[in-house]
Amino acid sequence: MHRIALLAVASTLALPAAAASDEDLKVLREEVAQMKKSYEQRIEALEQRLAAAESAPVKSQSPQDGAAPARAAGGFNPEVSLILQGQYRRMKDVPERSITGYWPAGGHGHGGDERGLTLDHSELIVSANIDPWYRGMLNVALKDGEAEVEEAWFQTLGLGNGFTLKGGRFLSGIGYLNEQHPHAWDFADAPLMTKALFGEHYGKDGLQLKWVAPTDLFLEFGAEVGRGAGFPGTDRNRNSAGAGAIFAHVGDDVGRSHAWRAGLSWLSTRAKDREAHFEDTDAAGPNEVEGLFTGRSRTVVADFVWKWAPEGNPKQRNFKFQTELFRRTEGGDLACASDVASSPCLGGPGLGKLRSSQTGGYAQAVWQFMPRWRVGYRFDWLNSGSKRYDPATVFAALDPANAYFAGYRPKRHTLMADWSQSEFSRLRLQYARDRSMQGVTDNQVTLQYIMSLGAHGAHKF
Amino acid sequence: MLRSFVFLAGLAMALPSAAAFNIFACEPEWAALAKALGGDKVSAYSATHALQDPHRIEARPSLIAKARNAQLVVCTGAELEAGWLPPVLRESGNAAVQPGRAGYFEAAPHVMRLEIPARLDRSEGDVHASGNPHIQLDPRNLLAVAGPLAKRLGELDAANAGHYAERHRAFAEKMQQAIARWEQEAAPLRGTQVIAQHKSFSYLFNWLGLVEVGTLEPKPGIEPGSAHLAQLLAQVKARQVRLIVRTPYDSPRPGEWLAGRAGIPLVTLPFTVGGSERAQDLFGLFDDTIARLKERTP
Repeated sequence: MHRIALLAVASTLALPAAAASDEDLKVLREEVAQMKKSYEQRIEALEQRLAAAESAPVKSQSPQDGAAPARAAGGFNPEVSLILQGQYRRMKDVPERSITGYWPAGGHGHGGDERGLTLDHSELIVSANIDPWYRGMLNVALKDGEAEVEEAWFQTLGLGNGFTLKGGRFLSGIGYLNEQHPHAWDFADAPLMTKALFGEHYGKDGLQLKWVAPTDLFLEFGAEVGRGAGFPGTDRNRNSAGAGAIFAHVGDDVGRSHAWRAGLSWLSTRAKDREAHFEDTDAAGPNEVEGLFTGRSRTVVADFVWKWAPEGNPKQRNFKFQTELFRRTEGGDLACASDVASSPCLGGPGLGKLRSSQTGGYAQAVWQFMPRWRVGYRFDWLNSGSKRYDPATVFAALDPANAYFAGYRPKRHTLMADWSQSEFSRLRLQYARDRSMQGVTDNQVTLQYIMSLGAHGAHKF
Repeated sequence: MLRSFVFLAGLAMALPSAAAFNIFACEPEWAALAKALGGDKVSAYSATHALQDPHRIEARPSLIAKARNAQLVVCTGAELEAGWLPPVLRESGNAAVQPGRAGYFEAAPHVMRLEIPARLDRSEGDVHASGNPHIQLDPRNLLAVAGPLAKRLGELDAANAGHYAERHRAFAEKMQQAIARWEQEAAPLRGTQVIAQHKSFSYLFNWLGLVEVGTLEPKPGIEPGSAHLAQLLAQVKARQVRLIVRTPYDSPRPGEWLAGRAGIPLVTLPFTVGGSERAQDLFGLFDDTIARLKERTP
């Protein structure tokens, strides 16, 4: 037994040496011939490539001259992009549009309330990495005779451990839509909720600290402090911060085709002599006077976004559902002011305490049913909510018929269809049935274009 | 009780160091390459899968969470991921994987890129200044990327540098042998005229000597239109085009339209790892690609 095994081992060991027989030589020769042939083919292919490279208008590049050509964005050159937007809008002629039951947000509008053919603001965006530790961005909105700095901030890249610090002027991270610029919206205008809460969006001069948790589930927490000059606050000329916000986001995928994100945000700010137009109770006829609010304003926003794209490919078909809900509570003092001698508001009398609690939200769905084409529907609802004040004092000076005092539930239905030949151009038709003003049903038609030139930065989820 | 708690705490603290080196790959081919080089010392997550168009990805929350915990990000570069990777990395708050850091690795700079445009203008469609980014379908490119990637792995995970170097040697040897075999198998395909949906296969055609007569997309990233397809149909007949090829994520409709009218087959190639049943790793990817091409070329 032993001997047989030994013999077998010996014979296998001996084989390679013994195998230099004719047959093996033949195999070797064949292999060499094959290799030769293969190398000849490869040389031929290389020659062809060389010839192609020499003749073709597009040149290929060797890996040795390495780095991307200097003309590529993101090198040492800033990424510059320009957004052109304009629209035709058909709607009722209503002087001083405001949402019934709401304190008008004095914030800047972008001309969305003008009728006829208008050029929206044009956005110029410049961004780049400053050095390995910081990134900077400037977003300027250009309109006739004005250039408004929408955003101008730096952001850290190197804090690590999930922390990111942003400083300067930025759009607050509260809610979902607030961080998006109008060119990224799915509708031609902002939801009623956004208009009621902030005017158009809530920006801050301040600092934002964000932290992403080291978990498989996306968990993000953020805190902001800012000057608080924007509606619902006012610029109060103080050394300390005027507004604070905190927010938390959670999100994940469900299978390959679904993704979602949910968030909860809280904003706290204060206003001093926040102005709005009111009509007084002057016996000689109503005057337009300033209503003034001084106090604190707190807003809670809950947001949820769900996106569907078959197998994670949004290019052909995709669906997006998005909703935000808010509650705003304000408490402080009401006053009014006027220069008219017969006005009860002459001299700026105080009108006692004012407390309000208001809610509302919107829900929208946008469906890309084939490449290039999308349709969407949005429903807006608001509730003028509860307001507590002393009617005897307030209505002695201000007309109870002022829209702010009305109990009303503004609503709006919006339908839109848009067409994007490429990801850089978009044409949109929108119809809205707007009942945000009591007693007015405004059927609005908007035709809009949005064009992106240059290094169009990637959008967030 | 206390002792078991101390033990658990100790285990929890020990876990991160014992855990595998965490890699975030933008595309499945780089996850597969990282896995081939790292073996059980790495865990590689692919941000996209073979049925996804890597140009058009949403910067989803789940990607940010994955990038947050990555120790190395491996992507193609050449602007392929420009539409989604920058916000994912920035939002992750992970300093180690920001572009320019050692934890950020781009494959494209290590290979000879094709189709670098002489003129950069959006009227030419979605062109990439650094050339065609779909580099993975020429296995010689994988060899060219594997070396620097193994080196980077060894630098970041110094304790296992020898392991990566060893696996790289084995991988390179196996790949070189496979390349010789594939080239032989695909030799009959040389000179075959084909039409691709997007410029997804330029490196494959260049390697195997196939000739791309045109693309279904009139310009890169622009959806095929009927006028352009009609033009292609005339070309197919005039130039004896044999095949139309598409990736698993391209819409099959334009290809089916042309294939039906021209009487030539539409072939779906795996494009990357996971793109077909056989393409479960980098070797299977090329085995299947060449088999599918040969099967449909008379």
